[in-house]
This record gives sequence, structure tokens and C-alpha cells, in this order.
Amino acid sequence: MADTTTRMKPRPLSPHLQVWRMTLTMAMSIAHRITGAALYFGMLLVAWWLLAAAAGPNAYAIFESFIGSIIGKLILFGFTWALIHHALGGVRHFIWDMGRGFEPSEREMLALATLIGSIGLTVVLWVIGFMVIGGGSQ
Amino acid sequence: MSAQRSYKTAARRVRGLGAAHTGTGDFIVLRVTGIALLFLSCAFVVIATSLIGRNHAATVQILGSPLVAVLMLLFIGVTIYHMWIGMQEIIIDYVHEEGSKFLLLLGNAFFCVAIGVACAFAILKLSFGV
Repeated sequence: MADTTTRMKPRPLSPHLQVWRMTLTMAMSIAHRITGAALYFGMLLVAWWLLAAAAGPNAYAIFESFIGSIIGKLILFGFTWALIHHALGGVRHFIWDMGRGFEPSEREMLALATLIGSIGLTVVLWVIGFMVIGGGSQ
Repeated sequence: MSAQRSYKTAARRVRGLGAAHTGTGDFIVLRVTGIALLFLSCAFVVIATSLIGRNHAATVQILGSPLVAVLMLLFIGVTIYHMWIGMQEIIIDYVHEEGSKFLLLLGNAFFCVAIGVACAFAILKLSFGV
């Protein structure tokens, strides 16, 4: 263990976000972290859902009325997109972990694929969701 | 391990610490849980979507059925581990003051365990009944 009482010369720090021009890959990197943090708090919603189901019909009705409201639907839509975007962003990280996809064109392609893929899959999932409501029991 | 073969930087060898004190283990945990969550999140999305529009009784029956309950427990457990380490990474990246870092890491631990226990209890109650 080093002697921590010794005055240490400050270690050099690399420049942070503010000195760089925003690029797509950079935006996707930030989005990965933000969606991760959003999903972290989104788990409150999952916990509420499961506890309400376990608590009984009255508690479940309160949850359903919230999730069926405009605010609830917006949060659920955001949760869906964040989950898919974070998952696809994770796949992008796995590709990098295997030492591939580092060329400039590949990085741009992966960033674009993450964005288009997450938006596309979110819309597809919500269309399926509304079709299930339409075709399922009321 | 000889100094030449070590991946530690010179500063870390001298102080016995890296920039964040630890890290490789957390990196591996995020990758392993991430791979598992690719599959478990798909299961979660299929389960949640299949419950849209169903009443409480049907929801309870489906969530409490063995396969669904096991998949949900796995999803919850792995998610909690992943989000715990992930949020810890965010905190140690941005919060450098020891006191507030400690409080945030403590809050992170409490939040993750509380959410995990709440979800797991709910699933088990749905499975085993009243």
C-alpha cells in the first residue's frame, strides 16, 4: 500500500466532452449511458407492476390506470426504446470487445444501425402491442 | 508476476491502486450479465407483451406459471447485478469527492437490493399463492 500522506503530483487528465465537436458515435456513446441510467430508474416501474399484480386486483387496477394514461404510455414508450437501444448498444460493445468494427466507416455504420434499429424495433413492438390489444380479450 | 508481464501502469504499481482502484472484474461482470440480458430481456419483452389487455386474474396466472416465473426471476436477478455495477461505473466516473461518492455508492446498493427483493418477492408470491 502506498503512503497516501505523501503529496502527489496531479495526474494528467484527458480532455472531456466539452472540447470535442459532437459526432454520431459520440452521441451514441452518451445515449448508451443515459439509456442505462433511465432503465435503472425504470426498474421502479417493473417493481410496481409485479408488486401490484401480487397485491391484488385493486392495486393492479391502480397500476393499469397509470400505465394506460398518456404519461404512463409515454414512459412505457421511452422504456421500450431505452431497453432496445441499450441492448443494441451492448451488442456494438461486444463487437468492439472482439476487436472488430473499429474502422471509421464501420464505427459510423454501427452507430447508425444502433439508432435506426432501436427506433425501428420500438415502433414494431408497439404496433404488435396494439394489435395484441385489438385481438385479445378486453 | 514479473513487472514486465503485469498490465498495471507504473503509477498503479507504486501506489498499489489504479485510477478507479479496481475495474477489470466490473468490466467482465457487465459483459457476462450483458450477454445473459440479451436473451432474458427478449423473454421479458415477450412475457410483458403477451400480458397486454389481460385482466388481473389472467396476469397472475401467467406470471405465476413455472417457466414464466423462472425466466422473470432470472431477468430480475441478472438485471439487478448489471444495473448495480453499471450505475457504480457512472458514479465513480463523475463523482470524485470521497464523501458524496460513498453516499451515492451506498444509495446505489440499497436501491438495487430493494428493487431486486421487491420484484423477487412479488414473483414468488404470484407463483406460490397467498
